[in-house]
Amino acid sequence: MKHLLATEGMDAATATAVLDTAAQLKQTLLGREVKKLPTLRGRTVITMFYESSTRTRVSFEIAGKWMSADVINVSSSGSSVGKGESLRDTAQTLAAAGADCVIIRHPASGAAHRLAGWLAEAGTSVVNAGDGMHEHPTQALLDAATLRERRGDLAGKRIAIVGDVLHSRVARSNVHLLTTLGADVTLVAPPTLLPTQVDRWPVVVSHTLDAELPSLDAVMMLRVQAERMHGGFFPSAREYSIAYGMSERRLELLPEHAVVLHPGPMLRGMEIAAAVADSPRAAITQQVSNGVHVRMAVLYHLLAHEEEVA
Amino acid sequence: MTSLLLKGVRPYGEEPTDLLIRDGFIAEGSDAEEVIDATGLIALPGFVDLHTHLREPGREDTETIATGSAAAALGGYTAVFAMANTDPVADNAVIVEHVWRRGREVGLVDVYPVGAVTVGLAGEKLAELGTMAGSQAQVRMFSDDGLCVADPLLMRRALEYSTALDVVIAQHAEEPRLTVGAQAHEGEHSARLGLAGWPAAAEESIIARDCLLARQTGARLHVCHVSTAGAAELLRWAKAQGITVSAEVTPHHLLLDDERLATYDPVNKVNPPLRTAADAKVLREALAQGVLDCVATDHAPHAAQDKDCEWAAARPGMLGLQTALSVVVATMVEPGLLDWRGVARVMSERPAEIAGLTDQGRPIEAGEPANLTLVDPDTTWTVRGAELASIAANTPYEGMTLPGRVVTTILRGRVTAANGKVRS
Repeated sequence: MKHLLATEGMDAATATAVLDTAAQLKQTLLGREVKKLPTLRGRTVITMFYESSTRTRVSFEIAGKWMSADVINVSSSGSSVGKGESLRDTAQTLAAAGADCVIIRHPASGAAHRLAGWLAEAGTSVVNAGDGMHEHPTQALLDAATLRERRGDLAGKRIAIVGDVLHSRVARSNVHLLTTLGADVTLVAPPTLLPTQVDRWPVVVSHTLDAELPSLDAVMMLRVQAERMHGGFFPSAREYSIAYGMSERRLELLPEHAVVLHPGPMLRGMEIAAAVADSPRAAITQQVSNGVHVRMAVLYHLLAHEEEVA
Repeated sequence: MTSLLLKGVRPYGEEPTDLLIRDGFIAEGSDAEEVIDATGLIALPGFVDLHTHLREPGREDTETIATGSAAAALGGYTAVFAMANTDPVADNAVIVEHVWRRGREVGLVDVYPVGAVTVGLAGEKLAELGTMAGSQAQVRMFSDDGLCVADPLLMRRALEYSTALDVVIAQHAEEPRLTVGAQAHEGEHSARLGLAGWPAAAEESIIARDCLLARQTGARLHVCHVSTAGAAELLRWAKAQGITVSAEVTPHHLLLDDERLATYDPVNKVNPPLRTAADAKVLREALAQGVLDCVATDHAPHAAQDKDCEWAAARPGMLGLQTALSVVVATMVEPGLLDWRGVARVMSERPAEIAGLTDQGRPIEAGEPANLTLVDPDTTWTVRGAELASIAANTPYEGMTLPGRVVTTILRGRVTAANGKVRS
């Protein structure tokens, strides 16, 4: 792998290799007091976050540090980004300063793709940490890692993604990755929160959550952003919560073995009930800890394995 | 007395003949001071572009009336309409007269300023249409292009008021409430790429509304850059009702489609956006059938920094003047949808009629003004943005090899462009 821009187009072998590496790293670090591997010593990783984010930025930073890379965080305040410098100039400056890898989160869909084009000559790797409504590939990888731990091989597993699919990069990345790994994906959302021509996606679409729950291996709840609540996409938070929220009653409709995922940050009481989020059936903290291992694996495949171009 | 003989030229691609031009008019005879060997070249009436952005005043770093005029002449144009969304906006007599005067000084193409419909393109208050129409620039077309006159009452008033001035209102059809934050055609590709959708209904609903308003008021409506199959269907209906509506289609909407979005390269960002391949096919058929009247470039120069950025930050628009003919050859002539008479109709005759130009789009015969474009139909060329006359280089056809090329452009008997060079 040279870059990680999207899960669309990523083949099953590549995805499985990253997930296997993540599992190995997790095993290696298990019970260790000092969580530090020397693999990326001397490598420089820069995170560029043009959107506020705690969990993803911290997760990448920890991943880099546990691999012994030098990790530098650039955020849109406190750098030349705030002075109106173009994305291209900022990226090229960082590459010229010696970055081996740039991890970018940006509100514009396609920003990571553009960056990869601009940095092609410099040879800098680009990781997409979320671009607009497009993709968030490491989130999908960490979700897949969690599902593998809970439910084994994903082939033939039934997974529902529930909520604001239209605006969700998490949903897009998960649809591509989960279907590539052989899972059957159902999108559950009101029609206003589904993308145009979703019938051409390799998924099943439903508007009735209760009907889907009994046959699922996992249900992935998406965050409902505040601006959607006021954007007329559905009549009220209350109605949304009744129709699409993961309540305690709905938890009982799930099979015993089924897992509840949420990419965070959660709106407790809105798309997920507090009791569900805190139940052992939910894998939310496991997702977060897997996030570090998956991101370590991604950096490993990008920076330590350059000769094996995937 | 100046005279020029075009030897062996084929008017409308038909039988070769010699064409004499004397004192700016096509004349009888064959005695001339200068002779051009035009063997194999096709003579067409000089092209008329109803939709050009010359960027002066305001963004002279991307295009000026001089460089835009050069691009027009090289593209075979003898008249262009310069849209009003300059800075300051062409919403008053001073600005439109400036544009008109600069066009005359440059002298490569007749530059007709388009006046804004509303003050500052703000969509709130009618601009002084009558004053602009009565100015030296004699504005005959008004448009808020770039923005839609979205308020239905204001549009009704604009259409109604225009009937006394015998001018045409050109609408950029885009319901703004349906395109908040829109980045790309709402369809399979935008959904996959996470680009906020620009739905076909946002264009079609305004076209339907405006056709009904044109019927109500008896005004002349022109629809800019029609881009969807549904819009063509509405225009077919409106024309069948006898509504006085005309419409243009851009070369890029004839040739390109939203499959191009996958690279996220904003050179493909344009408003209205590139639609589906199925839309493009319907537009080509509608142009051939006359449902769409003409081709207009929507030539829109943009600085490198406004395109070499992330998609959402980029400005919409593409260069078009120097590639229009070749795109029309590729999409309309080569597939047999239009013959060269048809090309003359959509590139020259109809746009001249729509804008009320009496000296453009005329038949190629003795006594008519010598506004002519000579085309080599058998050559191909490879587009290089850096080699185009515009200051900006944002062509979506970069590196593409296109058929047919403008060899010579003649404005009132004077050669303005020949073999890729302008003659001022």
